[in-house]
Amino acid sequence: MKMSKLNVGVIGSGNIGSDLLVKITRSQHLECKIFCGRNLESPGMQFAQQKEVNVSDRSIDALIEQTDLDIIFDATSAETHFENLSKLESTGALIIDMTPAKTGFLCVPDINLEEAVKERNVNMITCGGQASVPIALAICKGLQDLPKYIETISTIASLSAGTGTRDSLDEYIKTTQLALKKFSGVKNTKALINLNPATPPINMSTTVMVETEETHLTQVTIEVQKCVDRLQRYIPGIHIKVHPVYDDRRSAVVTTIGVTGMGDYLPSYAGNLDIINCAGIMVAESYAKSRNNEDI
Amino acid sequence: MQRVEIMKIYDVTLRDGSHAVDHKITSDQICKYCKHVDLTGVDYVEVGHGIGIGASSLLIGRGALTDIEMLRIARRHLHRAKLSIHIVPGYGTIDDIAEALEAGVDSVRVASHCTEADITKKHIKYLSNRNVEVFGGLMMIHLATDEQLLDQCKRMKDYGVKCITLLDSAGNFTPARVTKLVKFLRENAKIEIGFHAHDNLGLSIGNSLAAIAGGATMLDASINGFGAGAGNASLENLAAAMELECASNELKLPSVLDLATIGQQLFASDSVKNTNDIISGLAGVVSVFAKPVTAAARQYQVDPKEIYFELGRLKAIAGQEDLIIEVAQRISRNTKHKK
Repeated sequence: MKMSKLNVGVIGSGNIGSDLLVKITRSQHLECKIFCGRNLESPGMQFAQQKEVNVSDRSIDALIEQTDLDIIFDATSAETHFENLSKLESTGALIIDMTPAKTGFLCVPDINLEEAVKERNVNMITCGGQASVPIALAICKGLQDLPKYIETISTIASLSAGTGTRDSLDEYIKTTQLALKKFSGVKNTKALINLNPATPPINMSTTVMVETEETHLTQVTIEVQKCVDRLQRYIPGIHIKVHPVYDDRRSAVVTTIGVTGMGDYLPSYAGNLDIINCAGIMVAESYAKSRNNEDI
Repeated sequence: MQRVEIMKIYDVTLRDGSHAVDHKITSDQICKYCKHVDLTGVDYVEVGHGIGIGASSLLIGRGALTDIEMLRIARRHLHRAKLSIHIVPGYGTIDDIAEALEAGVDSVRVASHCTEADITKKHIKYLSNRNVEVFGGLMMIHLATDEQLLDQCKRMKDYGVKCITLLDSAGNFTPARVTKLVKFLRENAKIEIGFHAHDNLGLSIGNSLAAIAGGATMLDASINGFGAGAGNASLENLAAAMELECASNELKLPSVLDLATIGQQLFASDSVKNTNDIISGLAGVVSVFAKPVTAAARQYQVDPKEIYFELGRLKAIAGQEDLIIEVAQRISRNTKHKK
C-alpha cells in the first residue's frame, strides 16, 4: 500500500528551519505545507521561495491558520518557543521542538524513539546533546561503575549559528546538562559551547569527558564504536575523531566525535544542523510510519 | 586641548592568575591579596575561575573553590575597589551572574571571542536593565580585522556596555598596532576602550602604554604579571611606567610596590617564562593553553612547538582545550609514521 505523506509546517526560517526544509522535501513520508518566518527577504525565506514552498512572513499566526498540519517543527529560539507554546499546542499537531526550550519530551532517537512518537510535544534537546548523550551512555556502559560526573564540549562554526542559536546559549547549556543527567543517571553534568569563526569554517566537533578511576578502556572503545555505527544510520556524517583515551591530567575518559554535514542548506561544516535535524526528521518519519500502520 | 582621562586600573590577578596555578587559588590568597590591593588605588578587582564564572570544568580545570566562595571572601576584604567578574556566554549563564550579584559583585565584564559579540546581548541587557555596571570584552583580538572589531564594538555598545576591553589573549600584538587599533575604535565606535595585555613577547607594558597613547581609558594588570601563559602586564611595572609617562591614575606607587612583594610570597608558582611562551605568542595561540599543551606534549611525546603552530594554523580559540589532545595525537602518529 502506498503511504500518504503527513502535512508538515515549519516555523523559524533560520539555518535550522531552512536545513529542515531540504530534509522534509526529500522525505517520502513528509510534505511541507507551510514555511513561516518574519521576513520574506531573509536568506531562509528566499531559499524556500526558490523551492516553491508555500511561505508566510506572519510567523505563528500563519502557522495556526494552516489547519491541516500533522506535524509542526519549531525552529525558532527557546524564548520564542515559550511565547508560542499555547498556540502551537492548540493546533493538535505533533510538535517537534528544535529549540532548547525543553517544554516537551526529551528525545534522542537512538535511545527513546518509540516512546517519543507517542508524545504530542517532543524536544530535540540541542545539537551538542544529540551528539554527546548517546556517546556518554556508551562510555558509561563500557565502565564497571556509574561515574560521578560527565562533561561535554561542542565547538561549532560561527557561520552555522544563527540568531536563534546565539540567543539561546543559556538554554543550550541547561538543556544539554539536563539531558545528560536524565539519560545517564549521573548526577553531575556540565555542558560548554564554543563558536569558532575560523575560515575555512571548522566542522562541528563534540567531546565527551567522563570522570572515572577506570583506565582500562577496551569495553568503552567497543561501546563507543557500536554507538557511532548506530548513529550513522540516521546521521550519515557522524564519526570518531579521537577514540576513547584515558587522560591522566583530568582523571577522565575523553573521546571526540565529529559531524560532517550533508550540505543541504549550509555547506558540510554545519554538522550541528544535521545532527539535530536528522534526529528531528527521524521522529517525524517514525510518527508518520506509526500513523500509517494504524490506518491499515 | 585634549581631555585628560583618569586611567582606570582593572586587576585580573585573582582571575587570569587562576590559570597559572591550575585554578587552585586558595581562600587565604584571596583574603590577603584583597586586603592589600584595596590600599593601592586599583579601581576594579576581578575574581573567579580563569575563563570566568561558571567555567570550572574538566576541560579547562576545576577551581579549588567555587566562584561564589571566591567572591564572598573577596567581598569581605574589598572596600574601595569594586568587585568584578568575567563571564563568557557558552560557559556561564545569567543564573550564574544572578548568584554572583547576590554575593556582592559590583561590576561585570561580559566577554566573547572577538567576532561573536552577539552572544553577549542577553547577558549585557540583563545587567544594564538592573543598573549594574557592565563592561564588554573581546578576546583573541589578533584574529579579527580592525573593521570587524569596530562592528563588534558597536554591537556591544548597543547592548549597553560603557567600556569595551580588547583582550590580546595570545600576546600577539605590538605597540604601534595597539595604538592604531585603540584610536580607530575610540574615534569610530565612540566608546571607551580598555586593553588587556599578555607578555609572550615581553610587550605587555609597552602595549599597555601604547593603548593609553591611542586613547584607552582602562587597563588590565596583575601583580607580578600573574596570569595565563607568559602572564599579563605586571601591575607594579605598569604603575611605575605610568608614573614616568605622567598618565593620570589613582594608583599609589609605594602601596603597589608593597603589594608586588606580597604577591611574590602569595603566588609563588612554577610558571617561569620560557621559549614556548614566545612560540605561543607568535603562533597566536590563546595563553590559557600553556599548561594543557605542556601536558599533552608530555603524554604523547611530541614537541610542544609543533602543537602550538598547528593550533595557531587551526585558529583554535579559548575553550577548545579538547582539540589539543586531537592535535597531539595526530602529530605523534605522523612522527612515528616518518620513523
